[in-house]
Amino acid sequence: MKYVDEYRGRDEARKLANAIHRMTTRPHTLMEVCGGQTHAIVKFGIDTLLPDQVELIHGPGCPVCVTPVEIIDKALEVAARPEVIFCSFGDMLRVPGSGSDLLSVKADGGDVRMVYSPLDAVRIARRNPDREVVFFAVGFETTAPANAMAVLQAESAGLENFSLLVSHVLVPPAIESILAAPENRVQGFLAAGHVCAVMGYEAYLPIVRQHRVPIVVTGFEPLDILEGIYMCVRQLEAGEAKLENQYARAVRSGGNRQAQSIVEQVFHVVPRRWRGLGDIPRSGLGLRPSYENFDAGRRFGEVTAPVPDSGVCISGAIMQGQRKPVDCPAFGVGCTPDRPLGAPMVSSEGACAAYYRYRGLAESQEQASP
Amino acid sequence: MQTPSDLPACPLPLERYPAVVMGHGGGGRLMRELLQSLVFEALGAGSGGHDAAVVDMEGGRMAFTTDSFVVRPRIFPGGDIGALAVHGTVNDLAMAGARPRWLSVSLIIEEGLAMDELWRLLLSLRRAADEAGVTVVTGDTKVVDRGAGDGLFINTAGIGTVAPGVDIRPGRVGEGDAVLVSGDLGRHGIAVMAERESLAFESAIESDSANLAPAVAALLEAGLDIHCLRDLTRGGLSSALNEIAADAGRGILIDEAAVPVREDVAAACEVLGLDPLYVACEGRFAVFLPEDQAGRALEILTAYTPEAAIVGRVDAGRPGRVRLTSRIGAERVLDMLSGEQLPRIC
Repeated sequence: MKYVDEYRGRDEARKLANAIHRMTTRPHTLMEVCGGQTHAIVKFGIDTLLPDQVELIHGPGCPVCVTPVEIIDKALEVAARPEVIFCSFGDMLRVPGSGSDLLSVKADGGDVRMVYSPLDAVRIARRNPDREVVFFAVGFETTAPANAMAVLQAESAGLENFSLLVSHVLVPPAIESILAAPENRVQGFLAAGHVCAVMGYEAYLPIVRQHRVPIVVTGFEPLDILEGIYMCVRQLEAGEAKLENQYARAVRSGGNRQAQSIVEQVFHVVPRRWRGLGDIPRSGLGLRPSYENFDAGRRFGEVTAPVPDSGVCISGAIMQGQRKPVDCPAFGVGCTPDRPLGAPMVSSEGACAAYYRYRGLAESQEQASP
Repeated sequence: MQTPSDLPACPLPLERYPAVVMGHGGGGRLMRELLQSLVFEALGAGSGGHDAAVVDMEGGRMAFTTDSFVVRPRIFPGGDIGALAVHGTVNDLAMAGARPRWLSVSLIIEEGLAMDELWRLLLSLRRAADEAGVTVVTGDTKVVDRGAGDGLFINTAGIGTVAPGVDIRPGRVGEGDAVLVSGDLGRHGIAVMAERESLAFESAIESDSANLAPAVAALLEAGLDIHCLRDLTRGGLSSALNEIAADAGRGILIDEAAVPVREDVAAACEVLGLDPLYVACEGRFAVFLPEDQAGRALEILTAYTPEAAIVGRVDAGRPGRVRLTSRIGAERVLDMLSGEQLPRIC
């Protein structure tokens, strides 16, 4: 397959892995921010090709994982209403709230539909004028433009039965929050290529300078990720801290200005609570007051008080890179993809699910950190 | 499925009942009319006087299976629920090394299903049965309220005969067995999903729905010592191999790069966020047999589907688990899905 196969070559992967081995003289801890990268790393076994001294920590870039319980509970409540058609991306359907998930709401008679794009939800709203259509707008900067476009389309079509339940999050504040934590171990970041394709990467420059940490904008295919790791390790070995772009075939420094402008038109920056990470100022997107008619919170009641995470689950520490999935006492025992306790076990991008699925329980536990 | 123009016209007076009504399941005249004019006519079967089929058996073993079909949409590129209802059950028999012989067909029809569509689906079922050399010998028809079904559900049960000496089961899988797949993966799942989601590709991906019995018969006739066979339906190759690994208590190592996936299917999977190793087929199966017979088996399978391939082997590693050498040469576990494969957000 063109544009894919050339980034999955076995020989090229070996060459890059060998180069990383030759270059590495001391321990380095890197974080891949994006859940899509975590998925690729574990699916292709990229981490098994690396020297022991290079440790990959799986960051908070899985939108499913960081959506707080109280917002999922709100989604469940809205989806169960008889007048509502609730539309969501596929992997949000199985995420547990306090008690249930969207698939169970569907089984109980709720009209829950999986869509591939928020624009599909707008179409559904147009065809069902007597129903309230709600789209679960989660995700990072990558999904924000399409969600903004959905609002603009609904507005221009004069739709009064379409709204978004918004839980948008932003990458740079999460990186800052991880770096600011006293127990931080991350020495270099692979920044999420698709987020940067939309937003550009200028926003990372102040972080690189202030924290003296290398950041490499990285793609999602195995060779992209290996090259991103190579570039990051090279900087660390040389004692440098620069902003570099491995994913130049998709990312320009300014990003996609058109996408940014519609995001800017519809959304504004708001504080956001992250599951596992807590409240982070200026870390999310919310609908601007001029688009509040499209806010599901306004129609169906605002999200109430925060719901604490499960007591056993250590997903917060996992998403901050302080612990590995196998360090959790519930991993594979009380918490499996069939009965997830915490969000990283639900989405295939979540670190726990990726470990469980691609490593198997026994092998994962053999690799538990000391 | 044929286009309407080359089909015989639906024999029921459509101007009176262009759609199935509850009365068609009521056991009265309407139902009799539905059965005799439509169901029996299409399937070439008679009532035989009572509800059970009695079939003559020569001495020997028989295989018996049943399967229900609830696919939505009912008609998809490369197939429909009628043909699928035959292939699914016939293939289950073939996987036991049996020669499929007799079939039962139960229809659960939702009130409102267009009579013309029902007729066409039944003709498709009949054609698939004829091609597979199986006879529909008994059946049942129910009509349920609108909303209580999804248009049409079909259950088929099948009986086949097993030749002496054929012993095909997971317990026979042993270290050193080669693992083959009979063709490229994922066409059926992607064809159905594309139709369901109204996704347009440059050229339609057609379902791989097919009768596998001839290929199995050819393997057996060649005198190959087939240890185990499994069709790659729901859950795809990954689920089939995991079931066999667990049942046999053996480790299986698959080479991802050797697994045949057609380029358009692979591209659709990329776009949809799916892994072809988990996507359903309806006309593909996995074969386990001694490694020195793998070449001959491949030759035979290739005659039916050119994409057939040797994809791995049974080894001494991690009993009960399936491992995969990824495209970049690293090894990982190939696990079963916990539920349905859900597309990722980004």
